[in-house]
Amino acid sequence: MPAAFELDRHLLGIEGMPLARIERLLALAAKFQKRSPPRSLSGKRLLVLFYEASTRTRTSFEVAARRLGAETVSVTASASSIEKGESLLDTVYTLRAMVIDGIVVRHASSGAPRLVADHVDVPVVNAGDGMHEHPTQALLDGFTILRHRPAIAGLKVAIIGDILHSRVARSNLLLLSQLGAEVRLCGPRTLLPVEFAAYGGAVVLTCDLEEALTGADVVMVLRIQMERMRESFFPSEAEYVARYSVTRERLRAARPEALVMHPGPMIRGVEISAEVADSPQSVIREQVENGVLIRMAVLHELLGGGSA
Amino acid sequence: MSLILKNGRLFDPGRGLDRMGDVVIEGDRIQDLGPEIAAAGPGVLDCAGLVVAPGLIDLHVHLREPGYEYKETIETGTRAAAAGGFTAVCAMPNTRPVNDNAGATAYLAQRARELGHARVYPIGAITEGSQGERMAGLGAMREAGAVGFSDDGRPVMNAQMLRRALEYASMFSMPVIEHAEDLHLSAGGSMHAGAVALRLGLRGISAASESTLVARDLLLAEESGAHIHIAHLSTAASVRLVREAKARGVRATAEVTPHHFTLCDEDMTPYDANFKMNPPLRSAADREAVIGGLADGTIDAIATDHAPHAAHEKQQEFDRAPFGIIGLETALALGLELVEAGRITLARLVDAMSCAPARIFHLPGGSLAAGAVADLTVFAPGEDWIYDPAHGHSKSRNTPFANRAMRGRARHTIVGGRVVFSR
Repeated sequence: MPAAFELDRHLLGIEGMPLARIERLLALAAKFQKRSPPRSLSGKRLLVLFYEASTRTRTSFEVAARRLGAETVSVTASASSIEKGESLLDTVYTLRAMVIDGIVVRHASSGAPRLVADHVDVPVVNAGDGMHEHPTQALLDGFTILRHRPAIAGLKVAIIGDILHSRVARSNLLLLSQLGAEVRLCGPRTLLPVEFAAYGGAVVLTCDLEEALTGADVVMVLRIQMERMRESFFPSEAEYVARYSVTRERLRAARPEALVMHPGPMIRGVEISAEVADSPQSVIREQVENGVLIRMAVLHELLGGGSA
Repeated sequence: MSLILKNGRLFDPGRGLDRMGDVVIEGDRIQDLGPEIAAAGPGVLDCAGLVVAPGLIDLHVHLREPGYEYKETIETGTRAAAAGGFTAVCAMPNTRPVNDNAGATAYLAQRARELGHARVYPIGAITEGSQGERMAGLGAMREAGAVGFSDDGRPVMNAQMLRRALEYASMFSMPVIEHAEDLHLSAGGSMHAGAVALRLGLRGISAASESTLVARDLLLAEESGAHIHIAHLSTAASVRLVREAKARGVRATAEVTPHHFTLCDEDMTPYDANFKMNPPLRSAADREAVIGGLADGTIDAIATDHAPHAAHEKQQEFDRAPFGIIGLETALALGLELVEAGRITLARLVDAMSCAPARIFHLPGGSLAAGAVADLTVFAPGEDWIYDPAHGHSKSRNTPFANRAMRGRARHTIVGGRVVFSR
């Protein structure tokens, strides 16, 4: 098989991922969209291990695995020994002993998927770790943009909201800048660390929503967690909405046909107005559909023997 | 019972001594230093090619006993100390229970006399349970053998509490040792706040969380005229503040760990908790600043902050793993790296690891003078070796320096005239 397949037997993050692998995964997802996929994971068993609440990502991985013919075993924090104080590695060793061909892991601690990958002999997919990365989200976002634009190079992508705590922002920044986009990060100064300026690629930091939106081709809105308000990252929900909520009025600064995206879960009326979320420009539901395709591509690449 | 060290390079920066010669030890004292003392036999150690220095003293060690014997014990910790060339260590009080009373201090001192391969000087807690609320029995702990006071692992966040502890300890001319960390600024953090933490998605411990408290502590020491000792100083701003305070005549001293002058946040293996300690590995600029502070004497001493943890505790999610690394067996070699790189002199290194610790904490040793206590470290400065923690003497192996090529290590460690370690 191509050497590139052996370069990385896991999917832990966008950081350090070769451009060729990104393009291959995007192409594979496009192929699966056009015709029904092979049952390349037939007879395989995938462990879906979620240490953090999630509806869409977990379901998306399970659907993707089943469409490729795999069996899935889902373990979530609330329903397992995790809450009894068993360590992550002991849990993984125990589950690994039940004959598993791959592990999808989500965890509130940054780096947890890597810890798992360092201690098991099967491929590990990061389904979101702490404030670190959410690589399949970035891939599905890139894929969604490419359903509507011929290329990502040259696009201006504004990412709005809680940049500091967002693994989606990190993975998208890495992916989109590697594909040649100008990425604008926007949020209140307390949630927009200046160190992002040195992240590599064409990245612009601004606390001014209008500046971020002006001429944007893609507007990616992130959820704002109200617990951040309790930690005084900003004074009140009303003040956040007044300054950063993406409304139809404000969206006029962007390109007329700008795509509106949101990784979910979305709070209408806070970070995004209902009319923007439901507008023809919005591709938010499409993102969810594409999530299954991208996760199929990832699972096929890591577990399917490489033939499409 | 006498012991003669033959043909060594006698090196005592405290007395400006650097020449070839012999040392005669009688009982637990150095009896004589000579250019050549004719002797041979069982009581003679050939020190040709080796440096004979006053015994190394580590001001900051966690021996974990009582309460955490699965991490380290007095026996294993002092064995690691002796193997690293240390003749004495100061034991931090954050055991279980906390060493915050004379009984606990006396127990530790007694256990160490029975089991110790090196001298153990207890550090008593500043406040009861190190909770920061009520002053612990400082006077009684002093009677029982404490040489300084610290709530290490935690700062004394209440400035009034710290000021009174400083004033009270000053009656005994004893240092108050502060773990400087503003807990509001560092809350939730697991590594240095900066570009690396951002990239790894880990919450940061900002440089200011240390330096703001260093500034506060120095002002309190200035007002009270008492002796503050800043533990494991790690930031450029802290170095600047201590330098400035010393110039004003504040009774301030400071220590730096080998890991803070050797590594920075960019050197971390991502998410490897053997690189997790508090204060964390700082920026490259901070590392440069602490080396500068060590070179010019702003930072008086090198102390390891030896902090053993079991493998299963470190093999966790990075933000869940405990802070701390072991350091007793690597400190001398890492210090010698700085000497070899021309950053500090050998005299400054031996001063920072022996003479200065004895001086600032009023401890025996730190001198090769005739009549001084016979605590000596004989080391081979050019010996190449690879550090393998699996073959170390500590009970734990949590170190970022595994498999590092080292140059220089202890060959004989002599405590009170007795050879406690040889290799």
